[in-house]
Order: sequence, then C-alpha cells, then structure tokens
Amino acid sequence: MNRRSFLTTTAATATLAATGGFAFAPSIARAQNQAVKVAFVGTLSGPGAALGTHLRDGWLAGVTRLNNQLGGRAVETLVIDDELKPDVAVSKVRAALERDKVDFVVGVVFSNMLQAIVRPVTESNTFLITANAGPSTLAGKGCSPFLFSSAYQNDQPHATMGQAAQDLGYKRVFILVPNYQAGKDAVAGFRSRYKGEVVDEIYVPLSQLDFSTEVTKIAAAKPDAIFTFMPGALGVNLVRQYRQAGLANIPFLSTFTVDESTLPAQGEAALDFYTAATWAPNFDNPHSRRFVQEFEAAYGYVPSNFAAHAYDAAHMLDAAIRRTKGDVADKAALRTALEAGDFPSVRGALRLGPNHFPIQDFWLCKVAKRADGKFQTETVRKVLTADADSYAASCKMG
Amino acid sequence: MSMLLVQALNGLQFGVLLFLVAAGLSLVFGVMDLINLAHGVQYMLGAYVAATLGVWTGSFWLGALLALPVALLVGLALEWLVFRHLYRRDHLSQVLATFGVILTVEEATRALWGSAPQTVLEPSGLSGGPLGGVEIVAGLIYPTYRLVIIGVGIVVPLLLWFLVERTRAGMLVRAGATHPAMVSALGVDIRRLFTIVFAFGAMLAGFAGALASPIFPVAPGMGDTVLILCFVVIVIGGVGSIRGAFIAALLVGLLDSVGRAMLPDLLRLLLDPSSARQTGAALASMLVYIVMAAILFFRPAGLFPGGRSA
Amino acid sequence: MTAPLRKTLRKHALALVTLLALAAAPFLGFGDGFALGLLARAMILGMAAVSLSLLVGGAGLVSLGHAATMGIGAYTVVAFDAAGISEGLIVFPAAITAAAAYALLTGAVSLRTSGVHFIMITLAFGQMAFFTTSSFSSLGGDDGYTLYARTEWLGTRILDSRLTFHFLCLSLLALVWVGGSLLLGSRFGRVLRAARENPQRALAVGFQPYPYRLVAYVMAGAVGGLAGALLANATEFVSPALLSWTRSGELLFMVILGGVGQLGGAILGALAIVLLEESLSHLLVYWRLVFGPLLVLSVLFLPDGLVGAPLRLRAAFRFASPKRRNADA
Repeated sequence: MNRRSFLTTTAATATLAATGGFAFAPSIARAQNQAVKVAFVGTLSGPGAALGTHLRDGWLAGVTRLNNQLGGRAVETLVIDDELKPDVAVSKVRAALERDKVDFVVGVVFSNMLQAIVRPVTESNTFLITANAGPSTLAGKGCSPFLFSSAYQNDQPHATMGQAAQDLGYKRVFILVPNYQAGKDAVAGFRSRYKGEVVDEIYVPLSQLDFSTEVTKIAAAKPDAIFTFMPGALGVNLVRQYRQAGLANIPFLSTFTVDESTLPAQGEAALDFYTAATWAPNFDNPHSRRFVQEFEAAYGYVPSNFAAHAYDAAHMLDAAIRRTKGDVADKAALRTALEAGDFPSVRGALRLGPNHFPIQDFWLCKVAKRADGKFQTETVRKVLTADADSYAASCKMG
Repeated sequence: MSMLLVQALNGLQFGVLLFLVAAGLSLVFGVMDLINLAHGVQYMLGAYVAATLGVWTGSFWLGALLALPVALLVGLALEWLVFRHLYRRDHLSQVLATFGVILTVEEATRALWGSAPQTVLEPSGLSGGPLGGVEIVAGLIYPTYRLVIIGVGIVVPLLLWFLVERTRAGMLVRAGATHPAMVSALGVDIRRLFTIVFAFGAMLAGFAGALASPIFPVAPGMGDTVLILCFVVIVIGGVGSIRGAFIAALLVGLLDSVGRAMLPDLLRLLLDPSSARQTGAALASMLVYIVMAAILFFRPAGLFPGGRSA
Repeated sequence: MTAPLRKTLRKHALALVTLLALAAAPFLGFGDGFALGLLARAMILGMAAVSLSLLVGGAGLVSLGHAATMGIGAYTVVAFDAAGISEGLIVFPAAITAAAAYALLTGAVSLRTSGVHFIMITLAFGQMAFFTTSSFSSLGGDDGYTLYARTEWLGTRILDSRLTFHFLCLSLLALVWVGGSLLLGSRFGRVLRAARENPQRALAVGFQPYPYRLVAYVMAGAVGGLAGALLANATEFVSPALLSWTRSGELLFMVILGGVGQLGGAILGALAIVLLEESLSHLLVYWRLVFGPLLVLSVLFLPDGLVGAPLRLRAAFRFASPKRRNADA
C-alpha cells in the first residue's frame, strides 16, 4: 500500500511540476476551440443499472443547465457502461483515454469500479471526478491530486445511520451488506458510531437477488432493527421480500437501499423505511428546487442523491474550467481551481477537504408518498453537521 | 432445524427451475446429439415475455401463460433458421454456432428492452394478502408463490415421464435417441420428430423463465448462469435421462442454497469470522463443481446413464 | 529439399502472412498506444488459443477450463507484485510452473474421462480456480488487482515500452506456434492424433494414450501460464473475470473459428475475434447483432475455419466461373 501511494504521488507531483512550467504551450490556443471531452463512466446494465441511469441523467441535466458548456467551452460526453465488471471498466476507460483522448472522467457508481479505473486515469494525469463512489482507501492513503469527489466518502452515510440508530436507542442490530469494498465500508461506517450489539453480520454476493436465506436468518435472530446497504435491484428485491415475509415491524435502517432510484419499483413496500443522505428532493433552497423541477420535466422521474451529486459534478467542473479561463491542459492550475470548490451545490454550502472529498451535513430521511402518488425520500432531521471523513488525515498528496 | 427446512425449500425451488431448463437441454442432447448453448436464451426470453406481457395485460399469470406459445414459436424459428443445419455437424461447430445465437439474441434483447432489469408484476393473489404466504417458522412467512413453483416442478417431471415412457411419441423419442438410423428406416420422419422435441424443450425452458421472473432479475445474460448449471445437471444425471436430470437438478439446487447458508457458519468454528465469510462464500459457490468432478471421477457416465453417452 | 519446404510454406501461408503483418503493424499506422495495446492482447490470447488448439486439434481434448491456466499465470504475477517482487527471471518461470502444476493435477484427474465429460470436468476445475481467486481478499478478491508496475528484466523496465512489448509478444507467439507445430509433426504428435482418431487401435498397437495426453495437457497449461503472465503485464490489471468459464469459451471459439485442423488457425481466430469485437463495438451500439450472425455464418459456410477459407473461396470461384478460367488458360 505504501509503495503504491508513494509511486503515484511522486509521479503525479513530478508531472504537475513539469506541466506547470509549460502553462502556455502553443497547442492550447488551438485546443480552446475544440470541445472538452468527458468520459462518463457508470453502471448501466445489470442489477445496478438504475443507479447508473440516475447518475448519467444527473450529469446530463447539469450539462444542459449549463447550456452544454463547461466553463464557457463546448462539452462532449462519451457515455461508458462499466457493466459492473472491473475488467470491462478498465479496458473501456483505457480506450477512452488512449483512443478518444478524453480530458476528464466523471461518474462511477460502484466503489470496485472506481478502484479498478483510478490508477489508469490518474496516472495518465487525467482528472477523475467521482460523483458517487468514495472508498476509504482513495480518501486516505491512496488519495491522488487528480481525484476529486462531488459526493461523499463511503463511510459517512453509514456512520450517519449508526449515529441515528444510537440516538433511536436500538440495542440489537442485524447487519446485511453485499460482499465488496463498499459493503465492508458500510459496516465499518455504521459501527464507528453505533455502540450497541451487532447480532450478526451477513455478506452476500453483489449479484445476489434472492434474499430468502437472509430473510429467514433475520426472522430467527429477532433484532431491534436491521441495518442494510443494498444498492439498486438488490434493494428492490430485499425490500419486497422483507415486507412479504412480514418483517416490516422490525425497523429498516438503510443506506442507498430505499431512494428515488429504487422507489418506483419498491412503492408501498418501502414506505416509512429509513435512509441516510446528503440531500433529499424536499430540500428547500432555490438551486435544489430548480434542479428537481427541471430534472423531473426532462426525465420523468424524481431525482436521487446519485443524480444530485452528478449534477453538482457538472457545476464543479464548470466553475473550475471558468477559473482557468477554459484551459484544460494546465493541470496544476486546474487542480488549484478544482480545490477551491466554490461551485453552487444543490446541498447548499459545501467545501472540499484536503483529500478532495466534500465536508458537508448528513440527514436522516424516510420514504414518503407525495401528493402526486410518486414516492420520494424526505428529511427527518440533521444527524451530522459539517462532517469530514476520518481518512483525510492519512491523505498525503504533493 | 426449522432454518434448515426453509433452506431446503429454497433449494428445491431452485432445483425444479433448473430441471425445467435442463430437461429440454438433455432431450435435445440425447436425441439429436446437439450441444445447444443457446438453450439458456429460451429461458431468458420466457422471463422477458412473461414480464412484458404481464405488465401489458395487468396480470402476471396471463403474462406467464402467454410466454409459453411465444417461447415455442421462437424455438421453432431458431430450429428452422440455425439448428437444423447443425445436426450433422461435430460438437465444436455446434458450440460456436449456438454461441453466435446467444450473442445475437441477447443483444436483440438489449436493443429491445434495454440493459436494466425489467420490472415484473407480483403474482397476484399469491404474494401479500391472506393467501400470500404460509408461516412455517415462527415469525417468518414463506411466500405461497415459491411453494407453487415447487408444486409445478413436481407435476411437470411426472407429466414428462409419462410422455416419454408411456406414449407412442415418447417411444419414438427414446428409440430415436439410441438408434436414429433404425427409426428413420422404419419410416418415421426423424426431422419432424427432432423439430417437435426441440420446440418442446424450448417451451419448457421458456416456462421456467416465466416462473422465475418474479424471483430472479430479468436481465440480459440471465440465461448464461442457468445454462452452465444445467450442463452440470445433465452431466451429473446422465445425458438423455429425464429421471437423472430431475434428481441431479434437485441435488444441485439443494447443494447451492444449503451450502450458501451453512458453510460460512460451519467455517466460523475453524476460522475467524471475516475469513470464514470469505472462504465460506467461495466454497459454497464451488461446492456444485466439486461434487460434479467427484461424480464424474467415480461414475464417468453420470448417476443414471441413459440414451447416448456422446 | 525445396519441394517439402514450399509445401510447408503454402500450408502455413495464411498464418505466416498474419505474423508478418503483425511485425509490420507498428510501422503502418498502428503504432499508437491504443492500437499496440489491442494487438498485444490479441497476440497473447492467440498464444493461449494455440496451446488450446494443440489439445483440441491435436489430441481431441476439448477443454472448457483453459482460461484457468491463464488466470493462474496472471495471479502469480499479482502475488509476486503484492510481495514487492517484479523481477521477470523470477516471476515468469514461476507463472509458467504454477500453471503447469495446475494442469498436471487437474489433468491427471480429468484425462480419465473423455468427450463431453472431459469438457465438463475441465469446466469444474476452472470454476474452482475462479472461485478460489475471487476469495483472495488480499489480492483484491472480486474487485481485481492493479499492478504497481510491469515486470522488470534484470532490474530494467524494458516492458514499459509498448513497442518492445509488442515484439516480445510476437516472438513468443511465433515460438509457441512453431514449437507446437513441430511437436504435432513429431512421433509424440502422431501418437496423440492416433489416440484421438482411433483409441482402440492405439491401445491395440501398444500405446497407452494417457501419459501422452497428460504431457500435452501440461505443456498447454504452461503456455497458458505464460500467456497469463503477459496479459497481466499488458493490462496491468487482473481480476477473477480472467478465469471465468466465458473466457475459456472465448478461447475455444477462437480455436474453432480459426480452424481446428491447424495451430495457425488459432492465431487467426484470436486476431479476428479481438479485432472484430473492437472495431464493431466502436462503430455500432448493438454490435453483437452483427458479430453473432457472423459466427453462425462462419460455422455454416466455413466448416474448416478461417484457415480453410482461401481454399474454399478458390474452389467456389472455380465452380462459379469455369469458362473464364478456361479462357485465361
């Protein structure tokens, strides 16, 4: 681990120093007229497809709001489906970098996809903006000058839920997560603030959609509440089977399991289930209200956190490129501009920490039915204020 | 103990679904000596058609019922277009051509329906409501629909057995499997027999897909995992043997679900919890293959050698 | 002296032309990083496919677990990388040995079966290897592993140059192909073929095919391991997907598409599949709607695979226009 971060950091600083010296190479003037090329990477097939769709539409909504320009330059988005297969993600992203010569890579729903592509992208000195995934390794030791997040660090929403479970006074909690990095991060995050007993921790394959085995185990364990993190179709099936098995009287604490990407399929089955988030569609600020309204008009569904973070990613890049006056070749200047983090967010005030991850508030939310019959999450109360992730301290970038 | 009962039920339910797909595969393999990788595609199409028609007609049951003739027609069309030309070819050519069919049909599915999983209506009457489930363990309701699948999975094999063992058509199929030239010489139109067997197998797989659609994700590629397990089933059971396929399917289904539930817990006695989980999950997925390798090693022709041993 | 040479040249013309084209490719506009990466992948898969073709075409052993040997080669590189060792003189022999050892163990069991049962038992072992790698949490588990650096040779990082890597892969591919062809032509190869075509007779003549098959299986495994170690270097990323049964299937399709009769066919098949996939997926969204039917058509109309295509085309041309040929003469 040490050697890896050392290599990346030194390589990155060296190139930053080098490119910084040639800030006005003659090729830039010509490049100014070309469109900024962005590779959007998301999971658009398989059980996580709904999340990738939200993320992509959020990005596109952001770009549309900005008149198809980023910092005054035309933008061209190349949509890449990582198919939730790390090898596919790596080869497609390499093709985008080497053949299509993209200037930025944005998106990424799942942490394992981000971990697969992060080094090919950052080692080619291309900025990578994650609009969702935020694994602990990349926020801490493995942080990179070329990696920014418009979302959160994985542990934070789970820690929010841990704090909420603690506040609600649950003594025995049953944990159920998928078996991959983000699942493990979820458990670590929840446990960082929840001090009661964990009856059992179950890890299921990320491709699993039949939860009959696990539901049986929950019924047998009779916990005070369950905590789960089941993104996409996993969440749809779990929630349905949980309610069907008659377990809905056991409080359902979750992260990324009941949100606007899964609610259309879950419907009534998810009603009153809890989730933790940085944002909800009922946020009361003008920027957020306009986003929800325009998004629903364009795509016909209620935007989720995924869409909101991707929408913010577009504004983040827009603000940075505006600062460098349209120059995307000067990596050092672009880095400074991105680090400023002064973009309008649907979440209101926001700043970036030293590891390029946002410092922000976290909310407990609950599923509700709107007057028009659609389902959305609504804020219950603020749990954490201006929360910074715990890994920032171990991030040492040049 | 009651936990084990529920796991066994889940295993049975997965097993009978595997049987429905494997039965067609085994018949086609046994009778026509055709390795049809594209059989999983029929399963996928069954699920897609059931899901779409279910949403369209507003009833899951109607959708599942309509999926049968559609699967039959697609099976006939594919037989006429591609498979008919492969009966006389070697296994390797069949493998490559039927793989081409998988790619084509899956891509067409992606183009028509998109890559995301389909929403499937709940089987009305049997999920939620008074008939929604049976309380088999205190505090846990087992969905009636899953019991229905198990029931169907017991009735269909009996019907199949009757068809193959007790009817004239079945006799021809059995004879065609062992002595195709002889049957042909007796004036039986072996081509038509092949077509009928093929279409019937396709319909069974489509039916399995329709039944599975509320439980498993309906998405492109859903047939591939089932397909490979079905090959495991027919090899364990003995190529061309319906009885063997049924027993092997139940064995694979049970091994898979019970292993998935029990192994991590068992390993916890030996290892620390986190590595027990990791190793347990890997071992559980491997279990089916370990058993297959062992069976092939000791009984190379499978449990119930029948038909052609190819 | 020259007649047999000419005959050999003609027989292998297509494969030879392909290898020459690969040697010239970097200087004909395919020299950028992306194209070289693609060609490297095709050549490495070609190497694995040639070794599989040795089994399928030579010995009649259809393995559906060959990707496991590639995966074991790649994971050996990964394991050394995680331990901080990247010296090629250690890593490559280790990768080859590990894959050969796996082939020896599984081959000893699998070769007791034949036909479809051999296919399935190799699949079973392949799946076991697949799930084993996905449980290595220290090497990334399901998520895969990004190499710190490409393999070094005597401390120099020559593999970092894509051009060097290109020619390394090309020469190894040629070596594997020539070596495999010589092997098939030798007495050893004749025993393998005799056992495939008529096992009873081979036994009657006094040949026990089992040890011959096992040696062939281990050799193919060793080449698979070499290909895996190269592939890990080419992509600098290794995940269990490399060992999945679909990958084994893909190698098999390369062999069949190219033509089972000749080892060179596997090279053609690998190139055709990798390049077609790449170019079609770049041009079309639903590219498999073209690729799938192409595979079906190739089976229906090119029963000898791509290596047999020129002969078949010539025959078809002669058949279609006999008059013009006469006029020409």
